[in-house]
Amino acid sequence: MGIGDVITFAVGALRGHRLRTALSVAGVAVGIAAVVALTALGEGARGYVVREFMSLGSNLLIVLPGKVETTGGMPYGGTTHDLTIDDFRELARRVPGTARAAPIATGTETVRFGGRGRSAPVIGSTFELLEVRRLEVASGRFLAPGDPEAGGSEVVLGVEVASELFGNSNPLGEVVRIGDWRYRVVGVLAPHGRSFVGFNFDDVVVIPVQTAMRMFNRASLFRILLEMESADGLEEGKRAVLELMRDRHRVDDVTVITQDAVVETFSSILGVLTLVLVAIASISLSVAGIGIMNVMLVAVAERRKEIGLLRAVGAGTGQILAVFLTEAAVLAAVGGVVGLLGGWVAVRAFVRVYPSFPATTPAWAVAAALTVAVGVGVVFGTLPARRAARLDPVRALQGR
Amino acid sequence: MIELSDVWRTYQVGSSQVHALRGLDLTIAGGDYLAIAGPSGSGKSTLLNVIGCLDRPTAGHYTFRGRAVEEMSEPERTAMRQQDIGFVFQFFHLLARLTAQANVELPMLFAGVERAERRRRAADALGAVGLSARAHHRPDQLSGGERQRVAIARAVVMKPALVLADEPTGNLDRSSALEVMSLLETMNAAGQTLVLVTHDPQLAARARRRVRMDDGAIVERS
Repeated sequence: MGIGDVITFAVGALRGHRLRTALSVAGVAVGIAAVVALTALGEGARGYVVREFMSLGSNLLIVLPGKVETTGGMPYGGTTHDLTIDDFRELARRVPGTARAAPIATGTETVRFGGRGRSAPVIGSTFELLEVRRLEVASGRFLAPGDPEAGGSEVVLGVEVASELFGNSNPLGEVVRIGDWRYRVVGVLAPHGRSFVGFNFDDVVVIPVQTAMRMFNRASLFRILLEMESADGLEEGKRAVLELMRDRHRVDDVTVITQDAVVETFSSILGVLTLVLVAIASISLSVAGIGIMNVMLVAVAERRKEIGLLRAVGAGTGQILAVFLTEAAVLAAVGGVVGLLGGWVAVRAFVRVYPSFPATTPAWAVAAALTVAVGVGVVFGTLPARRAARLDPVRALQGR
Repeated sequence: MIELSDVWRTYQVGSSQVHALRGLDLTIAGGDYLAIAGPSGSGKSTLLNVIGCLDRPTAGHYTFRGRAVEEMSEPERTAMRQQDIGFVFQFFHLLARLTAQANVELPMLFAGVERAERRRRAADALGAVGLSARAHHRPDQLSGGERQRVAIARAVVMKPALVLADEPTGNLDRSSALEVMSLLETMNAAGQTLVLVTHDPQLAARARRRVRMDDGAIVERS
């Protein structure tokens, strides 16, 4: 009896009970569809977050003052030197592989024009920030290139700040007050979208870094961003930054994060989230498995006479076992295929509603879903199949 | 061909023991036509099941073509049922979802006969019982007599040495019963050993040899 014969026989038996077969197929299909859809959403969430991080700019080294690892008994033990504009200039010039660099100083101040005022984060930086953070200018221009210590009193407005203060009129060339200082508006940023990591660049104002530090009376920069030419340069760049800063400050007092490390962390957290979703969906699969077991037990009880007859015409116990196991596996496999289709339709529908969400079912999930479905059928079909194989032929023929 | 000596079959029913066969001796030669008669509950069917290797004697010896059946393993007895023995039942036991043709193919399916070969041999067997035209009908589209003829085709399709028929006409009208009997007898005349269980004395009278059973023992041989 070849495998083809066994499958033909099993399918024939299943077709004899269409409703019952359809219901247990539906049980497995729901489970598999849930696994597929939730995997797609989980993977989509991961892709979404990674993409958000990448939109901050790529191959970034982020230098911040202070050392994150704590030594000694005091929190932030040891002396922390200021991260100065001189430090920035040195790093930008001497760290190998640096494509661009931008300093960041921050504070919050009220921005006023006419009678209106709006409290907004103020970012002090240089011309290079535009490229490093992948910003775009909607009208006018960004900060003028040149010496970071030159200062100046020009300001670039985030799109939200601009529309709140100026409404429909053109802000270019107007003078706004930030705190007690007066600035001339030279540009407005293009909408950047609400990023859930980092600043919301629609709601900031950008002024020259030197001016910002004077205005907020800061001696230290908030961050220095270094964009490396390639991802391969990140580790070497990081070492070079630490070495240079040790030379300048005589102590390890800066922290360098690579953006990749941050992305990696988020990615792996969301990977775990996906697995959790799959685990939850798998519960419905085990319920479907119990459904299969139930249906198969009913089938074995109902088909005692058939089993008795098969034994009488020379079917061995192993063949009976194979026939009933195959029935369970076929039920589960058909359920798996239907579930894949259902899951695929669900994901497509979701993407239609939320086009920006990159939900796609990974190939490994498809393969795993089918394998798991057949596995569920075999595992939960074993008990009924063994029961069928162990029936006493004489009693079975009598339907007992 | 078949030799049973001092065969017992005992069932445990609750706390008491029921003896379905009590120290039974029986010899059946090749090509024989034996009828086992007796009232219901006398052990006829149990005897047939023991001969057909569906049931095992509790005690005693059973040799089939010189081999001791009580020493055989389950796979060996399965092989015997497959190759050497054909069953015909009172209730036909056809699978309702399969056509007559597919029902006749069943024994060959489990014996691992090739698909094309199965087709051919099943068609031949159906032809031999005069049902070629009904090959693609399902059992519920056939009359009782036709169903039993399909069952006979299934019993002989593996060309077994022995056919065991348990009340084969018990569910049939008179004319169908005669048709079925003459079919079985024709096969017997061609050399196939036939053992028939019946409680109908008229039917039993047609056999070459008769035994009458009562309460698990043979009470009359003729």
